[in-house]
Amino acid sequence: MLELYGTRLSSHLLLGTARYPSPALLSAAVRASGCEVVTVALRREAAGERAGQGFWSLIRELPVQVLPNTAGCHTVKEAVTTAHMAREVFGTRWLKLEVIGEDDTLQPDVFGLVEAARILCAEGFQVFPYTTEDLVVAERLLEAGCELLMPWGAPIGSGRGLSNLYGLKCLRAHVSHVPLIIDAGLGVPSHAAQALELGFDAVLVNSAVAQAKDPVQMAAAFAQAVSAGLAARAAGPMEPRDFAAPSTPVIGTAFRG
Amino acid sequence: MNGAWHEVRAPQLAQALEDLGYGDSVVSTAVNGEFVAVQARALTCLCEGDRVEVLAPMQGG
Repeated sequence: MLELYGTRLSSHLLLGTARYPSPALLSAAVRASGCEVVTVALRREAAGERAGQGFWSLIRELPVQVLPNTAGCHTVKEAVTTAHMAREVFGTRWLKLEVIGEDDTLQPDVFGLVEAARILCAEGFQVFPYTTEDLVVAERLLEAGCELLMPWGAPIGSGRGLSNLYGLKCLRAHVSHVPLIIDAGLGVPSHAAQALELGFDAVLVNSAVAQAKDPVQMAAAFAQAVSAGLAARAAGPMEPRDFAAPSTPVIGTAFRG
Repeated sequence: MNGAWHEVRAPQLAQALEDLGYGDSVVSTAVNGEFVAVQARALTCLCEGDRVEVLAPMQGG
């Protein structure tokens, strides 16, 4: 069971809603994943176009909670205003807070992130900050009022998996009392399993599912990987070692001695 | 509005949205970077050169 700001969830997989080949495939992928939370965004809507209205109708038919994001925001001001707009449209205090600092990697501007988190937490938002594995930034975000963190696995949409294993392990060890959700950069289900095996509480996946040849099958595969990772974590993985340790007993080995 | 210039007949944001065809669309608004709640749209007067954002739900990661 996963608890995010007091909301208990069965699924440890969160899904993004962007870049699917069609709305029907998005809907089918969400259902196949068994996820209970999907991320959504706000974008400019031309009068009479109503694209956003159709998308919103589709999402409301799904058995999920929405997690609005501030994707595309590069300043604290943009992120805070977008948060206010999202709260009104989506009717939730949840907010995936993104303040982008660099366009090639979409790396978070962690200084702006902490500042925006402080403002929004004080206003009653329940902030899901998209951050790095930096321990000091993590501490500042928790001090600001965040009750969970969303460290990146790798740059958004890169599909590279957990790029800085050491850093992420340190973060997990350092921040043991709040949920940590790996957000961004996962490419295949084994990346998700690895995250759960390492003790992360959940993963948020978008491009890896949406850009798969068969998004519905990939969504189901990620769900299985998350379950496998959780089960493995609970089972207590063995410690790796540098040299071999024979699994077959050596006592009574023929031709020796 | 949303990066393009429009002539609006009514100064109030609520009426301007209606005139431009947003009708009953689920949208959120900001004027010059400041959020304007639904309830405040009728009381918000637009001036020459104001920048209005009209945002709607969209796919996101």
